[in-house]
Amino acid sequence: MLSSTIFAAAEIPATLPLAAINWHSALFLLFAAVACVAAVAVVAADSIVRMALYLVVSLSASAGLFFLAGAEFVGAMQLMIYVGGTLVLLVFGVMLTAQAPFVSIKSGGGDRLLAGFVGAALLVALLMANLSVPAWRQPASMEPPPPSATPLGMALVGVRVDEPPAGGVGNRGGYLLPFEIVSIHLLVVLVGAAYLARAKRRKVPRAIEVAASVEPPASVAEHAAIGRGGRARSVLTGDSR
Amino acid sequence: MVEYLTNTIGLSGTLAWTIAASVAAALVLNVIAGGALVFIWAERKVAARIQDRLGPTRTGGRFGWLQSLADGIKLLAKEDLMPDGADGMLFRIAPYVSFCASFCAFIALPFAFDVVGLRLNVAVFFVVAVLGLEVFGVIIAGYASASKWSLFGAMREAAQVVSYEVPLGMCVVVPVMLAGSMDMVTIAEKQAGWLWNWYLFHDPFTFIVFWVYVTCAVASVNRAPFDLAEAESELVAGFHTEYSGLRWSYFFMAEYGSMFLVSAMAAVLFLGGWNGPIPVASLLGLSTGTGDTAPYLVRLLGLANLVGKASFGVLIMMWIRWTLPRLRIDQVMTTCLKYCTPIAAAMFAGAMVWQVLLPGGLLPGVGRPGGEIREGWLEGPGGRAAAAPAAEATVVRTRL
Repeated sequence: MLSSTIFAAAEIPATLPLAAINWHSALFLLFAAVACVAAVAVVAADSIVRMALYLVVSLSASAGLFFLAGAEFVGAMQLMIYVGGTLVLLVFGVMLTAQAPFVSIKSGGGDRLLAGFVGAALLVALLMANLSVPAWRQPASMEPPPPSATPLGMALVGVRVDEPPAGGVGNRGGYLLPFEIVSIHLLVVLVGAAYLARAKRRKVPRAIEVAASVEPPASVAEHAAIGRGGRARSVLTGDSR
Repeated sequence: MVEYLTNTIGLSGTLAWTIAASVAAALVLNVIAGGALVFIWAERKVAARIQDRLGPTRTGGRFGWLQSLADGIKLLAKEDLMPDGADGMLFRIAPYVSFCASFCAFIALPFAFDVVGLRLNVAVFFVVAVLGLEVFGVIIAGYASASKWSLFGAMREAAQVVSYEVPLGMCVVVPVMLAGSMDMVTIAEKQAGWLWNWYLFHDPFTFIVFWVYVTCAVASVNRAPFDLAEAESELVAGFHTEYSGLRWSYFFMAEYGSMFLVSAMAAVLFLGGWNGPIPVASLLGLSTGTGDTAPYLVRLLGLANLVGKASFGVLIMMWIRWTLPRLRIDQVMTTCLKYCTPIAAAMFAGAMVWQVLLPGGLLPGVGRPGGEIREGWLEGPGGRAAAAPAAEATVVRTRL
């Protein structure tokens, strides 16, 4: 049947003899190539909307790499947060570039040269750092970790299920405190953003307050006094005078 | 299937995997494309009946069965136009972006027990995440068309979809919490049995949350009364004003695919998935029966159940579309932010309290298959996580 392992190409070598094409490597190369080409296209493109589209493609390809590695939760997170976040970027891009002056953003030759130099330097540094780890030079063991977000989720609420309890009962060792701190932090950010973005309410005094603060002209007071046949009263405030 | 190909026919491993994956992909593709054909025909008939008309009557016999196919051929033959000022690359790619997002979400959707393209541990999360990406195609289409109508439509759609993701996510979390898993197969299996085991009838809060989910789902696939993105009386046709021919039909296929998807998700999350209202299979003894055919029969029954429920959901959406007038954009936002989100949040809290206080339900005699297992997270796919010691499970149980 169409069971769970159809696309989980990582399990091929464990169960079946390697044939002409190793789908895991092929898919890895495909996703990696798409991610890299799209990433270059992001900086090379002229239009903001195209840049956003290339960014989406690049990030989606990285999500595909995560899925290929068996990290489904991280892959879905990548889709939800990064790709979904780029959506908002795209919206702003569309709103800004619907007007003429921002349709095309071209960077000069000097900028490109500088960017290329910095990028190449970073790439060399990363490659050297990667190659200096001896464990990463061999192909990784093909036994995929159990694709489950459960240990992570339980650890976030303070229970470790992936490790034996450190000492006796209690089994504390999760990430409850950091999790709560981050939650509160995000809540504060959210409230702050809502405060900054709300419609500014200017303190305009209402008409009745304006009227009340002004001394009624003498004629009005006299009229009131005549009408009531007694003490003069301000019509609006009710102060007796 | 892979085992069958390698063991019985004797193909090499890679070839077997390729064939199996292709078959799965082709099946999913046909669910979307064939489903779109059927649903477009159904939409025309439903709309006609609601408006006291007949709808298509000639193509393919008395009920116009073949109308969608004739439409498809017409669309294939249409000229593919592109406006002069359009951004060519983006204009061409937009329909595919929309369609791909819709297609990707189907990968993780289970159609019956074990009939799923890829059984993900985080399937619910994945589907919600991918479903939100469909709007990319719409925004790109609206921008690249170089038309004011299209741009207006796309901006409305962006605002709407981004807003409605919040209550939709909250509604989806409730069944996830009750099942203790984000795996859609597990969630549906927990609702096995009779009608009252469905999460819809789990407690009053889930009953309300289901209707909030329906509202948000209709909004997130841009169906009337939330179809502001293509409001035809104001914006000509919204984001697909400038599209014609096959590219236009890709948008339509994506829309109908998403409709089916959110309906199927409602079925899995709230309506028992492939478990019918009456457990026919277990009453007949099929599910416990051994042999080669019994499991396949059960799965076929489940498939019919789920597709039936999802199609019914799509029909409900059509009914709503041809009954209610379109909302204004401010009304759409009010519905989302002032009603759907707070209601969903309150119902989430309510369901949580209910689950803690009355984990067995109101009627203690009615057995709930998942009710006893609070540590449902222990039974991952294949029972991999079951290695955790039982002592820890009790610890978790008392802490929860």
